[in-house]
Amino acid sequence: MSAPISKESWQYREMNTRAPSLSVLSDTLIELAEAGHPVAAGTADLQYSNGLVGFAQRYPDRFVQFGISEQNMVSAAAGMATTGLVPYVATFASFLGLLACEQIRMDIAYCAQPVRLIGHHTGISLGFYGTSHHATEDISTMRAIADLTVISPADGAQFAQLLRESATYPEPIYFRIGRGHDPAVYDPQEEFRIGKAKVHGIGDDITIIACGYAVHGAKAAKEALEAKGHSVGLIDMHTVKPLDEDAVRQAAERSNVILTVEEHNILGGLGSAVAEIMAENPGKARLKRHGIMDEYSLIAPPTHLYKHYKLDAAGIEEVAAALI
Amino acid sequence: MQNTELTEAEIELLQDKAQFVRLETLRLISIAKVGHYSSVFSCAEIFASLYYDVMSIRRGEPGWPDRDRFLMGKGHAAVGLFPILADLDFFDKSWLDNYTRLGSPLGDHPDMRKVPGVDFSSGSIGHALSNGVGMMHGARMQGKEFNAFVMLGDGEMQEGQVWEAALNAAGHGLSNLVAIVDRNGYQLDGKVDDVLGVEPLDEKWRAFGWEVHTVDGHDVVALTELLRRVKADKMRTKPCCIIAKTSKGKGVDYMESEPGWHLGYLAPEDTERARQMILTQNGEQS
Repeated sequence: MSAPISKESWQYREMNTRAPSLSVLSDTLIELAEAGHPVAAGTADLQYSNGLVGFAQRYPDRFVQFGISEQNMVSAAAGMATTGLVPYVATFASFLGLLACEQIRMDIAYCAQPVRLIGHHTGISLGFYGTSHHATEDISTMRAIADLTVISPADGAQFAQLLRESATYPEPIYFRIGRGHDPAVYDPQEEFRIGKAKVHGIGDDITIIACGYAVHGAKAAKEALEAKGHSVGLIDMHTVKPLDEDAVRQAAERSNVILTVEEHNILGGLGSAVAEIMAENPGKARLKRHGIMDEYSLIAPPTHLYKHYKLDAAGIEEVAAALI
Repeated sequence: MQNTELTEAEIELLQDKAQFVRLETLRLISIAKVGHYSSVFSCAEIFASLYYDVMSIRRGEPGWPDRDRFLMGKGHAAVGLFPILADLDFFDKSWLDNYTRLGSPLGDHPDMRKVPGVDFSSGSIGHALSNGVGMMHGARMQGKEFNAFVMLGDGEMQEGQVWEAALNAAGHGLSNLVAIVDRNGYQLDGKVDDVLGVEPLDEKWRAFGWEVHTVDGHDVVALTELLRRVKADKMRTKPCCIIAKTSKGKGVDYMESEPGWHLGYLAPEDTERARQMILTQNGEQS
């Protein structure tokens, strides 16, 4: 038998505490089912990691355990949706957005089935599990698929809101979420709409456009830079597709610099989406993309990686300050 | 409950419909100028048996929620399915006349967004059994009794996802799911056994927890009686796999003997030769 894991360790916390923004998934699905929505759920041997065990215990007849068969899960979710259900299927983002990419394209998006794909533990949030478990390409692959909405919530409160809206949303959705220990950014009362960016001001000096985990650090960086006398804006682009193009254009017209920040490769993700709009709508701002610089992540606990890749508050502040 | 034995009239109907599928396939491919003749000819009796006998469907009502579902892993045989769907008044027969032309809903593979009566799109080999698995989970969750019949190619047995789906169906006891393997022995690059052998196929499915039957896929009587029995068996707790032994290009001698016919085009005079061969063969099959 292996030695007990230290209670101080990241691994202990990951395995033995409830991940607050992941329990949102199960809790919100239970709420939707109770309200009469025809939701169903499934996972690929990760019901404890994504918290769907809660839904499974409450609604065992609406839950399918697929075992380790992600491609089958995605194609089956599409079949399930044809019978009138709205299936939510969840697994690690690396396996959902990359391994099952073709099934998502053919069976979910092209066939226009109202499936909600939940890619959790995305980006580099699985830390020292390494590259096989990191997903720094999933925005890119999912964004290139027509008729698929791509959402990267900043925290649990925002995720819950957008999940509620997803119950009746007409198109299939790919949700990209973290490991559930993401710091809170918003009050539960805050309102969000799919496709509408949350604009925390446009700055004259710089506007940061961020999504997902990076929003927390970007918000703190904005506040720190403002305290030093700079004019800093922030756009939380939780819906990467369809992109809120108006928000990008307005920022590009007023700010000197647009800085995109994402826990994703700088190729193909939020930075690329913003670059496409700015290239076709020349304004005042120049653009800097920040994220994972087209490389595979080092091994480390996730918080150490965020610091290393300058995706935490101090790192984003440093990157932004150099551009002002 | 339906009697499992077929009457003379039922046999004649099914043979006529299988012939209709082959003749329409010749006609439609002559419009497209290239197509999968022989892939259809191997499963013409399977199409006929399902759509004109075994499946619960309503003419003119492709979206009837309680209908039995049909899925095809070998989506490239859709040219044989479209004439049936039109014949069942799921869409206007005139659509067939523009098969594959610019903007036609009818292409080489079946598309549920474009063609009423297609229960799920296909074309990417290996997905269909998973789609059927999902439909059966959905049916169970909502207390519905309909069945899903999933026709798979034998080359498709090389796709890993098929076996993920097979495990799931058995593990969750999806007894209303029926897989039919069109075991015609050929795939694009040659004989299945030469490209990458899949035998012993019956033992594989059995080992995956399925009830397995083997039948002559061109014998409409044996095939249909088996499918009737399988559908009527409410005691079965497992999904069911039927291995239909077929002949690629069945009905046209030079296609049966020449394996290169997975995809091809017949000149008008050869189309006419094939047509005559199909017409004279009807009723002579066992």
